[in-house]
Amino acid sequence: MAVHDAILEVADDCLVLGHRLSEWCGHAPMLEEDLALPNMALDLIGTARVLYDRAGALEGKGRSEDDMAYLRDEREYRNCLLVERPNGDFAQTMLRQLFFAAFMHPFWQAAQSSKDEVIAGVAGKAVKELAYHIRHAGEWVVRLGDGTEESAVRMQAALLALSIYVEELFESSPAAQEAEAAGILPERAAMRAAFDATIAEVFTQAGLDMPEVTFPQTGGRTGLHGEGLGHMLAEMQSVHRSCPGVTW
Amino acid sequence: MVSAETLTQKAAWNAAAAVPDPEVPCVTVADLGILRWIRVVNGMAVAGVTPTYSGCPATLAIEMSIEAALRDAGFDVRIERVLTPAWTTDWITEEGREKLRAYGIAPPEEATGSVRALFGETTVTCPKCDSTDTEKLSEFGSTACKAHYRCRACAEPFDYFKCI
Ligand SMILES: [Zn+2]
Repeated sequence: MAVHDAILEVADDCLVLGHRLSEWCGHAPMLEEDLALPNMALDLIGTARVLYDRAGALEGKGRSEDDMAYLRDEREYRNCLLVERPNGDFAQTMLRQLFFAAFMHPFWQAAQSSKDEVIAGVAGKAVKELAYHIRHAGEWVVRLGDGTEESAVRMQAALLALSIYVEELFESSPAAQEAEAAGILPERAAMRAAFDATIAEVFTQAGLDMPEVTFPQTGGRTGLHGEGLGHMLAEMQSVHRSCPGVTW
Repeated sequence: MVSAETLTQKAAWNAAAAVPDPEVPCVTVADLGILRWIRVVNGMAVAGVTPTYSGCPATLAIEMSIEAALRDAGFDVRIERVLTPAWTTDWITEEGREKLRAYGIAPPEEATGSVRALFGETTVTCPKCDSTDTEKLSEFGSTACKAHYRCRACAEPFDYFKCI
């Protein structure tokens, strides 16, 4: 385990969620969202690209961002389980986004003082973008949670489905612990207060309560993923794998 | 006394600074503050360029345009992507703001509250009729840097360059 593995974890989170959001492109329920979701996807994929590049450089084996994204199998992906959850309905997509952004906003805020210049640079940009993600997703969680009978039922279902993946966000793998000790990445557990405050603010307006989670799901950081990630990667990687290095 | 080196530096800056933004061609890369600096060393112009948003698809196009402009001006070129400090809309020049307004895009306004405030509204002035009776249609507009607004006074929809 090394620092570049920890950077890879963050990069995988951003790429996988970015790809999930991009799946809405052309399918969103209204034009505004058809622009908004791919816009957020671009922010995340842009962040992932710089992080892959940095992880590759630190690893020193000459792997490029494309090698990282397209030539690793499901078991080699180190993203947390939350980001790979399928889009489901709009309630699930927006709640997933809120959970992730509520964690990553304070994470990037802290990472601005990283001892790694590239991480600090990425953080300065991402923290501004994530503020918009929190607001956008938060507004939707309120609209749906406190909306019609139907929307409230769906938001409630999304909450039950996704809350079991929240705890994993705060866990630091051995690689992450190494990066934290070296001052490269902030300590994950330290994001709890900011995360709770954001969620409480939104949930109060949405009429939602964070459910008690008896069996939190984890395993993403060791490469143990749900079935959905394999399907997602198969689609995402198919062109690159069948025509290596293709450009247009 | 102006040295030859300063003159060369100035020529390089002028060539690169005139490059229009590919998505908002009414303003140049210098107006937007995307072109950070130019250093000329032994005939090689090194340009510091910063992306607006992490995933802005125009980043590469902007770098290539700056490179082409400097080559046309007779320089060898190297582009350096500058990530720190992160680009902010505060770097858009006064002239740039004026150009945006004339083009029909509302320039970024000082955000009144935190951008994280739920349903938070920034007062945006309509670039067509100057009314402040406007409403946000979408936080995310036609490009990463813009939101979509509508003017209630003149009924025109317009782009707003988001404050970041
Ligand atoms: Zn108007």
